[in-house]
Amino acid sequence: MVSRIHFRPWQILGLKLLIHSLCIGWAGITYYQAVTDQLGGDPVKAILHFTGISAFNLLLMSLCMSPLAKYFRQAQFIRFRRLLGLYAFFYAVLHLLSYLLFELQLEWGMLISEIIKRPYITVGMSAWLILLALSITSTQAMQRKLGRRWQRLHNWIYLAACLIALHYIWSVKSDIVQPALYIAMLAVLLGLRKDKLLKPLQGIWRKISTRA
Amino acid sequence: FNTRKLTYSQQDSAQTLTPESKVISHNNFYEFGTDKTDPKENAQGLKVDPWQLRVDGLVEKPFTLGFEDLFSSFELQERIYRLRCVEAWSMVIPWIGIPLQSLLKRAAPLSKGKYVAFETLYDPEQMPGQRNPFIGGGIDYPYVEGLRLDEAMHPLTILAVGLYGKSLPPQNGAPVRLVVPWKYGFKSIKSIVSIRLVEKQPPTSWNLLAANEYGFYANVNPNVDHPRWSQARERRITKGGLFSSNRIDTQLFNGYDEVAPLYRGMDLKRFY
Repeated sequence: MVSRIHFRPWQILGLKLLIHSLCIGWAGITYYQAVTDQLGGDPVKAILHFTGISAFNLLLMSLCMSPLAKYFRQAQFIRFRRLLGLYAFFYAVLHLLSYLLFELQLEWGMLISEIIKRPYITVGMSAWLILLALSITSTQAMQRKLGRRWQRLHNWIYLAACLIALHYIWSVKSDIVQPALYIAMLAVLLGLRKDKLLKPLQGIWRKISTRA
Repeated sequence: FNTRKLTYSQQDSAQTLTPESKVISHNNFYEFGTDKTDPKENAQGLKVDPWQLRVDGLVEKPFTLGFEDLFSSFELQERIYRLRCVEAWSMVIPWIGIPLQSLLKRAAPLSKGKYVAFETLYDPEQMPGQRNPFIGGGIDYPYVEGLRLDEAMHPLTILAVGLYGKSLPPQNGAPVRLVVPWKYGFKSIKSIVSIRLVEKQPPTSWNLLAANEYGFYANVNPNVDHPRWSQARERRITKGGLFSSNRIDTQLFNGYDEVAPLYRGMDLKRFY
């Protein structure tokens, strides 16, 4: 039997404060190092990698929350899910802004042509737009307003996570070990939800087979 | 790892040099790991003395250079070159070395020799990337490169034994490496043990790994994109942090127009 975890209110508050300070502090320190040239030979690449991988880390962490809640039979884990998801988007915003500001140096034409021409950037941008939509609709007011459609919309997070994994593995030259580890982690997290993810497919399959 | 001071004829240049600290800490040398900082971290124990650089193949007079010969057999010259990586960053580096043609002339190539094949040291005990494909980025070692003989004989092509006034640190390819400034950096093979004159175009490591992305010629060319990213512009690494990073247009042949006659009549989109 798994022992139930119960967070006291001050523990939840403390954990949330910890998440806030880690996410903001880490970004602050890293950008400070990049601006003052203490982040290796190529601070632009270092910042792009740091923001991208942090966004992915946070997204995976937020995807851990509902399996943890189920395992420990403790719904309180869900209270961290939105916060982690929003910080994933926060880092995705930093990622895109840094790409635009420091890599492209505000060549807007180049941004458009790269999004269209480079599959890994197209894919990354699509994931970014999904995260944007989910962030905007993450408030409780929106949740109430959208009702059942809210859940359907927020299921797009699984597609976003897959697109981000693809964006990552496509962007490296040949060193695929780290992206492969991330894909494995994502596969486990999606595997835990296989019933939910396969349901729409089963529906489609049933339709096809009854028609045939 | 100890480097030594070198005596050489100096060159003046108006270009802003990439600081030495960045030249020796931002490297691609997958034998020591795929992160840019891995080579500096993992290569300091590389034994370079004794060293043997064998020059043979289709030549009249094959010979071998030992470690000391690398610094004493030929007059050392400084060459301040732009280095353009295929990943779209670039540096300006004061190399010290010898024209490759001096070395090849000593070996007296036979008329059948049309290409030059280069090979990096193969020593899995010293090079973790050669032991473990997860560290070495999936490259089939030893790392091999090649040039057409006329490219190898061009006066711009050098074998570098030093940078910034001192012998090369291991992460930059100690004790001897190739520098071909009008080609992407991966052509400039490091820690060379063999230079061989051959009849046919030799295999090259990145081409073997992904032929559609990396060609044999690998001339710097803003008009031929890498399949996954643009080569039109590059980020010049100089001093300064995020806000002083410098994005500039990439030039055909990395701005070394004097090599254009080597490729007259060739379709550079096809022979990328």
